[in-house]
Amino acid sequence: MRRCDVVVVGGGAAALCAAIAARRSGASVLLLESAPKDLRGGNARHSRNFRIMHDGPTPFIQGRYDADDYRSDLRRVTGGRMDETVADRLIGDSAGIVGWLEENGVRFQDAGDGNLPFSRKTAFFLGGGKSLVNALYATAGRLGVEVRYDSEVRRLEPGDGWAPSVTVRCQGGEQVLCAGAVVAASGGFQANRDWLRECWGAVADQIVTRGTPHATGTVLKGLLDLGAAPVGDAGYGHMVAVDARSPRFDGGIVTRLDGLAQGIVVDRDGCRFADEGSDIGPTRFSVWGDRIARCPGGVAFSIFDSAIERRFRPSIFPTIRAGSVGDLAVALGIAPEALERTVSAYNAAIRTSGGNTEGLDPPKSRVAAPIAVPPFGAYPVRAGLTSTHLGVRVDERARVLDRDGIPLDGIFAAGVIMAPNVIGRGYLAGIAMTIGAVFGRIAGREAAAHALR
Amino acid sequence: MRCDDASAMWDQARRALEICNACQFCDGYCALFGALKARRDLSLVDLAFLSNLCHNCRACHHACQYAPPHAFQLNLPRSLSRVRHGTYQDHAWPRPLGRLFQKNERFVLAVTLIAVAACLALGMLWVPREALLGVGAEPKAFYRVVPWGVIAGSAGVTAGWSLLAIGMAVRSYWRSLGPVPGGARWLPALRDALRDAVTLRNLGGGAGCSDRDERLSRARRRFHHAMAYGVAACFAATAVATVFDHALGWAAPYPLLSAPVLLGTLGGVGILVGTAGLAWLKRGADPEPLAPELAGADLALLAQLFLVSASGLALLAVRETAAMGPLLLVHLGSVLGFFATLPYGKFLHGPFRVAALLRAALERHAADR
Ligand SMILES: Cc1cc2nc3c(=O)[nH]c(=O)nc-3n(C[C@H](O)[C@H](O)[C@H](O)COP(=O)(O)OP(=O)(O)OC[C@H]3O[C@@H](n4cnc5c(N)ncnc54)[C@H](O)[C@@H]3O)c2cc1C
Ligand code: SF4
Ligand code: SF4
Repeated sequence: MRRCDVVVVGGGAAALCAAIAARRSGASVLLLESAPKDLRGGNARHSRNFRIMHDGPTPFIQGRYDADDYRSDLRRVTGGRMDETVADRLIGDSAGIVGWLEENGVRFQDAGDGNLPFSRKTAFFLGGGKSLVNALYATAGRLGVEVRYDSEVRRLEPGDGWAPSVTVRCQGGEQVLCAGAVVAASGGFQANRDWLRECWGAVADQIVTRGTPHATGTVLKGLLDLGAAPVGDAGYGHMVAVDARSPRFDGGIVTRLDGLAQGIVVDRDGCRFADEGSDIGPTRFSVWGDRIARCPGGVAFSIFDSAIERRFRPSIFPTIRAGSVGDLAVALGIAPEALERTVSAYNAAIRTSGGNTEGLDPPKSRVAAPIAVPPFGAYPVRAGLTSTHLGVRVDERARVLDRDGIPLDGIFAAGVIMAPNVIGRGYLAGIAMTIGAVFGRIAGREAAAHALR
Repeated sequence: MRCDDASAMWDQARRALEICNACQFCDGYCALFGALKARRDLSLVDLAFLSNLCHNCRACHHACQYAPPHAFQLNLPRSLSRVRHGTYQDHAWPRPLGRLFQKNERFVLAVTLIAVAACLALGMLWVPREALLGVGAEPKAFYRVVPWGVIAGSAGVTAGWSLLAIGMAVRSYWRSLGPVPGGARWLPALRDALRDAVTLRNLGGGAGCSDRDERLSRARRRFHHAMAYGVAACFAATAVATVFDHALGWAAPYPLLSAPVLLGTLGGVGILVGTAGLAWLKRGADPEPLAPELAGADLALLAQLFLVSASGLALLAVRETAAMGPLLLVHLGSVLGFFATLPYGKFLHGPFRVAALLRAALERHAADR
């Protein structure tokens, strides 16, 4: 028997937008979130801003960012690995999504309030993603969406021709629920160690998951098993450098390290392994994720002196300090001679005029300053995984497609679980939340139409 | 406060603010975050400053991705209210009276009750029965119960002392913040600070407060306005009455449609609505972001104001009956109690906050240059 018209699996931005849109289209909606209420909202809880196409300034976004601009940014970072039709739908619909979210209770920060950096491409959620999540849950509740927390979906069945079903595990044991349509909005598998280990090898155990521990990919795997076509790449993910003392999950935005480019970065053997000066702009966080994941033991150390330390935002964790480079190495568990050798070779290679090094391998191409003024300081660094890059293929109506391009009956997907359709490689700041909101809304409407047809 | 408690309190607030500084997701909510952004290592002075930029709207708590049950256990409003209360205590004048900020509600309510009781007792002892219980709508009826000199003298001395003590406390707080940033422009800074204080811009200017739960609302701002402007109207009423009485020679009680009565009534009603509303919001509020040990001090000030205004309005209502005399004594006592406790209670929030807003505006205007 049909339990409701639309079941939405997940509890982040994509799921909430889907649930609200389906409900507003007249469907009865059940939202199943595997997290408890206090930790609801997936990675959306940790997000800040999203990328919006617009033809002129609005209260929430400055300048102009038109569709061609947006498309060419996408082509550049993905190297063309994107579905143009799906991407065009995203870009086109992004223009109206701010207003729609506002209608549903989300508040945006005034772009000219003096606190925000100038941003032509992104709008900021007032109070960040958790306030967005709170607002959307409140709206969903008010509209009559039934929300169940602590409810993990374990299995998806195609159903008997007219209604797919989901098997939910909640406190009361397992339960099979049939619905007119299902929206899968359950994110990636970045919290699933076993799966990560399968694709990434032993380094998976050294990685910090920056967001929710509930992104297990159960539903993603379920959809692939049902015959959905995969997109993206299971061996790839968005990673940044985070302080190695971060919690295993949900460290969010504050654990990332700002200053790697300013000093030097060494592995546990005390050796440098990359040009620290290669990226000093906004990409300075993300270039390090991959680099550090490849280090022995998946760990590295940012090394600086007290003069360099003033140039970057400190970690939220204490600086490890010592009066000499050798003592610092001891405190970090590195062989002292190795680190001393690295630091003196680096210091000797600095060209005072150019701020770079000469005859050093790898070089430091920018902001090279000597590490000389005690006390010396260090942070341990690990790779922090934002989300994985494997998804299911969809069309521009958010219908999940099989390998022949035929829609799986009654099954829709939104958010990170289908993001690689748009962004098959690389990352564009703020696009993940746009994909969640835009395709959440599309999936919700389509699912309702399908269920009520 | 014991020494280890105090250092735990500072550590907790510093830790919270360090995380906020790395995050800054809430920088659209209030002036604290901008001032925080300009700082790197947080000293105790910074904490004392920043804590008074927070007025406990709780918006950031409900928006916080690191609030419990997250491992970071961040609770910015609660941590800051403790530090803020500590600043009142540390700068109280004379300094030893800072102790009155512990279990502050006991002190505030005790002083108020004692003042009311003392006025009643003295009145019954000294005022002749026919004056106390006589019916009096005629001019100078109030002063037949309590002579003008006694009313003005007792209120004047108490208020004068309190103003001095508040001034000294604010001066001490201001000085503790260190020298004003070089090159700061005072005029625009003063304008900003006054605007922020008068309009309560930060108190949910655009978005509202999380009065009760994660939803934002403007109720707290409205009730606070009713209360604050109510107090202002009552002071104005007193000032006008003094001019009437002294400069123009018209003696109280004044007719219903006179300026002092209108202002006083409006102000009194504002205070009643404002204090009752704020107390009601507190009762229904999510207790999580509040510091439970400080709720009493807030409620005590609200109760005091409620009593002052209720007794004042009642006095107006019954001034032509035999109840006028005793009510006048109650009202006088509650006003005296209110005045006497101003420098040693939650009221300091007002001037300290204005000082902090001014400091933040000076920093902004110094940074602009
Ligand atoms: C620290 C950090 C900062 C970020 N900042 C930004 C930013 O500024 N801008 C931006 O665009 N993006 C940002 N992102 C990425 C963005 O948050 C995510 O891409 C976006 O939230 C994804 O939304 P989603 O709804 O698809 O998935 P998620 O938010 O991951 O939500 C998945 C949801 O599904 C639930 N779930 C999972 N499995 C099941 C199951 N089997 N049954 C039931 N429920 C399940 C989870 O509990 C969760 O609620 C950030 C991510 C992180 C970690
Ligand atoms: S209160 Fe929480 S979400 Fe807001 S700035 Fe601080 S850490 Fe960030
Ligand atoms: S509680 Fe309100 S006023 Fe205080 S810091 Fe948070 S947002 Fe600012």
